Amino acid sequence: METQAFQKIYTKITNITKATCSLNATGVGNEEMAFVHGRKAQVVKIQGEDVTLQVFAGTEGIPTNAEVVFTGKPPTLKVSDELAGRFFDAYGDPMDGGPAIEGEERETGGPSVNPVRRMQPSDYIATGIAGIDLNNSLVTGQKIPFFADPDQPFNQVMATVALRAEADKIILGGMGLTNDDYLYFKNVFDNAGALDRIISFVNTTDNPPVERLLVPDMALAAAEYFAHDKGQKVLVLLTDMTLYSDALSIVSNRMDQIPSKDSMPGSLYSDLAKIYEKAVQFPEGGSITIIAVTTLSGGDITHAVPDNTGYITEGQLFLRKDSDIGKVIVDPFRSLSRLKQLVIGKQTREDHPQVMNAAIRLFADAANAKTKLENGFDLSDYDERAMDFAKSYSDALLAIDVNIDTTQMLETAWGLFDKHFTKAEVAIRQSLTEKYWPEGKK
Amino acid sequence: MKANDKKTNGVVTGIIANLVVVKVDGPVAQNEICYIKLDKSNLMAEVIKITGDKTFVQVFESTRGLKPGAEVEFQGHMLEVTLGPGIVSKNYDGLQNDLDKMDSTFLVRGEYTFPLDKEREWDFEPIAKAGEKVTAGAWLGAVMENRIKHKIMVPFKMADQYTVKSVVKAGKYKIEDTIAVIEDKNGKTFDINMIQKWPVKQAITAFKEKPRPFKVMETGIRAIDSLNPITEGGTGFIPGPFGCGKTVLQHALAKQADADLIIVTACGERANEVVEIFTEFPELVDPRTGDKLYDRTTIVCNTSNMPVAAREASVYTGMTLAEYYRAQGLKVLLLADSTSRWAQALREMSNRLEELPGQDAFPMDLSATIANFYSRAGFVYLNNGETGAITFIGTVSPAGGNLKEPVTESTAKAARCFYALNQERADSKRYPAIDPLDSYSKYLEYPEAQDYLKANVGENWVEKIMEAKNLLLRGKEAKEQINILGDDGVPIDYHIRFWHSELVDFVILQQDAFDEIDSSSSMERQTIMMDKVLNVCHTEFDFESFEEVTPFFKEVINSFRQMNYSEFKSDKYYSFEKEVEAKLSERRTA
Ligand SMILES: Nc1ncnc2c1ncn2[C@@H]1O[C@H](COP(=O)(O)OP(=O)(O)OP(=O)(O)O)[C@@H](O)[C@H]1O
Ligand SMILES: [Mg+2]
Repeated sequence: METQAFQKIYTKITNITKATCSLNATGVGNEEMAFVHGRKAQVVKIQGEDVTLQVFAGTEGIPTNAEVVFTGKPPTLKVSDELAGRFFDAYGDPMDGGPAIEGEERETGGPSVNPVRRMQPSDYIATGIAGIDLNNSLVTGQKIPFFADPDQPFNQVMATVALRAEADKIILGGMGLTNDDYLYFKNVFDNAGALDRIISFVNTTDNPPVERLLVPDMALAAAEYFAHDKGQKVLVLLTDMTLYSDALSIVSNRMDQIPSKDSMPGSLYSDLAKIYEKAVQFPEGGSITIIAVTTLSGGDITHAVPDNTGYITEGQLFLRKDSDIGKVIVDPFRSLSRLKQLVIGKQTREDHPQVMNAAIRLFADAANAKTKLENGFDLSDYDERAMDFAKSYSDALLAIDVNIDTTQMLETAWGLFDKHFTKAEVAIRQSLTEKYWPEGKK
Repeated sequence: MKANDKKTNGVVTGIIANLVVVKVDGPVAQNEICYIKLDKSNLMAEVIKITGDKTFVQVFESTRGLKPGAEVEFQGHMLEVTLGPGIVSKNYDGLQNDLDKMDSTFLVRGEYTFPLDKEREWDFEPIAKAGEKVTAGAWLGAVMENRIKHKIMVPFKMADQYTVKSVVKAGKYKIEDTIAVIEDKNGKTFDINMIQKWPVKQAITAFKEKPRPFKVMETGIRAIDSLNPITEGGTGFIPGPFGCGKTVLQHALAKQADADLIIVTACGERANEVVEIFTEFPELVDPRTGDKLYDRTTIVCNTSNMPVAAREASVYTGMTLAEYYRAQGLKVLLLADSTSRWAQALREMSNRLEELPGQDAFPMDLSATIANFYSRAGFVYLNNGETGAITFIGTVSPAGGNLKEPVTESTAKAARCFYALNQERADSKRYPAIDPLDSYSKYLEYPEAQDYLKANVGENWVEKIMEAKNLLLRGKEAKEQINILGDDGVPIDYHIRFWHSELVDFVILQQDAFDEIDSSSSMERQTIMMDKVLNVCHTEFDFESFEEVTPFFKEVINSFRQMNYSEFKSDKYYSFEKEVEAKLSERRTA
């Protein structure tokens, strides 16, 4: 840290909790950054001359006579093209042994885009994974999380999506990432020859949890530089937002705030929305697309973190193991992409919306038949066929190891309809059935 | 509001997020607006609590960088909106700043823009004549704002009776030009122009009477019109877990509902959803008038990333704009998505003020706040005998999708229509996911609304609605029995009953909001489909076994749905109608 001549140095801390400390100081601004005993801290409360600072690395070992230096600045990141290919910690300092970044110093967590200066997201992102492309198509400028239990391969799927998405930059915001997962991302991107397109801001499980709070703002400040200033298509990966929220709750508890549901702060919705709403399509062509991970505990989506996230994001991708085929699938019932209707049937083939809906409806019929079977009832012929269909559909389209183009997905679906059902059972608009129903039957 | 004319000043002494403590040098009023100086900008804030010499204000902007000692200037008035021609088709933020007048891509803290256009000329027509006695809200003249005949009124703040001295001749005027002079009983004269201001948290009550609403408002949405209709001036709410279709339903209402003006308040929701409106509405045509939908739409938005304190203001801003147009004798539809975000904003502030929390840490007076807000909607007779209405429909986003939570419960007490979105229906893509059994419209019980439906839709329309609801209920009961006893453990009749309910569900309830044709259904079309569906349910069919029931009804439903997807009364429509007829004849009991 560099101390400058005009900076006042304080050495009398009056209060210390696990995450915060307070002192008497004047001329301090709200949300200003400071150093406490050499650790980065931020002003969170000012009452007269009593200033409370949140110390990101925790307060262990901080003495009451520790040196406190205020920087006079909110959190910032130096932005320039030099960011590309680099790995940083939560404070934006290089952790790859490389030199510090030269560039314009920008505030992180800055103001939002004027809604009237946004453009409607409109570019289809093909990932090859039918569970996403066919049923939950992604669009540039969208924000969408994976909802998954910790044992699901969400980081793998996310890395695959990132690499296939044809983004100009991929920005990884890792929060509470295990070192193994961090190395996994590094390797995958390296093997794909994509390292020069990647920028990482990582807080691993080795680092103090409260530091995580800085990661999304850092990642998104870099994203705004490339998307807004440079007109690039930027994909931001945030994993794991549940661990981010845990850090929020640690801080709010230390500050004696009244917790709301699941001991999360009452402002959780606004806190998460501020991050996710950075996703944007600019009229000039640049975009920020956010793909996040929200881990669940025992699949419970009513917990405050997934619940608030669901209310903010434009859908969610739900991973689950399908025991019938022994593979992880993108669950068509709980998954949703809210922006899909902007592109499906427009940038993809016209039959896309109806095929998607029909297949899911038939998959639901199979689920009902399965319940019937479990309850000990006889299955009708239709039930049997629906269950057969469900298996093939799951294997050929929903499984996360699928990699085909969108038209092939539609053809595959029509093939399955033809194999298992009549046209009336599939109930797709006649003009489409006439055109796309495979030849040779009914 | 204060006797004293001198402006009160103060200095900042404390900052906790957007709650700022100010030490003042004179009188301040609860809810008074002040500006806090920060660098070159002024941050707008509202007084929310006063204890001794500490005045607590909530700042409508980020307080980053604000320091104790910053100067504060109090304004002597509450949060107000500026009313006048030019509101329609505007995109406002929650404080009524015109977003299009801001040049930069990113919102600039402390940038406030005038909500109307001072340079624009309007074609003014006088209405009042010299010598007439007038009170607040009386129509002095009118200008054409798109298709809306925008009345220029005696300002709502003018509490006495006045005599019109003069009204200008027909011609082109700007909003700041004087268009009339009126005189109070002491002979004091007032120049009236086209602008007036009104504090958003107070209701505009320049009307004679607010009877129970009775005129049914056509929405084009079958699950509403054909099952739980809402009235002009009615209130309704749409609770539902995330992703179940609240916003899609509200947008459908904004596109199709029969109203003169639609005010869409995007309160703490996604910016992209607002973008959708101002991208699509300028292209879409209002089927009733042939004009562009945007010509009758105003957006008030405080999206979830915009400052939280302004979120509360946004719903009040929307309501006050609606009241202004209702006083002009118009039918306004006000939509707010989502009122839960507003309640959360109240909660955040109440927590920072360290108030005693109520259930789920919401403020104790949440219920009263919500009830008070809904009570501002309604159908009114104006003092000149004309009518106006504000229909208000809000969404509610219950935590965890559980309706037993304070915002849903408080809203249920205040709103008369309940459109409950159901997760299971949404999961199985039965859109709109309105639960047909839990949802209700209290207006169906109003004799005056029943009379209106009899006279305007059909003699037995209410009975038909009730019958359709009953079919849905009986179908559900039958389904439960089938699930317990098995397909062959129940009489065939149970299967038929179940499929009757599926018929109502698929043909009437379900409606594809993204299909060009199906998305909107005229009342004539709805009554025809209702008759057809009920007719099938009244018909006896021959079935050998339960296994024949399902395929038969599936085919009938499929043909009916093709009808729904075809242009009304087109050749295709008639050909599918024939198809239905043919299928029915095959099995009809002789
Ligand atoms: N009537 C409908 N027809 C077709 N699809 C629909 C319909 N209603 C909802 N959907 C689908 O459901 C998705 C979610 O709907 P919507 O955005 O309205 O949910 P919401 O209840 O507003 O969620 P949130 O609380 O998170 O804002 C839509 O993007 C669309 O795919
Ligand atoms: Mg919504």
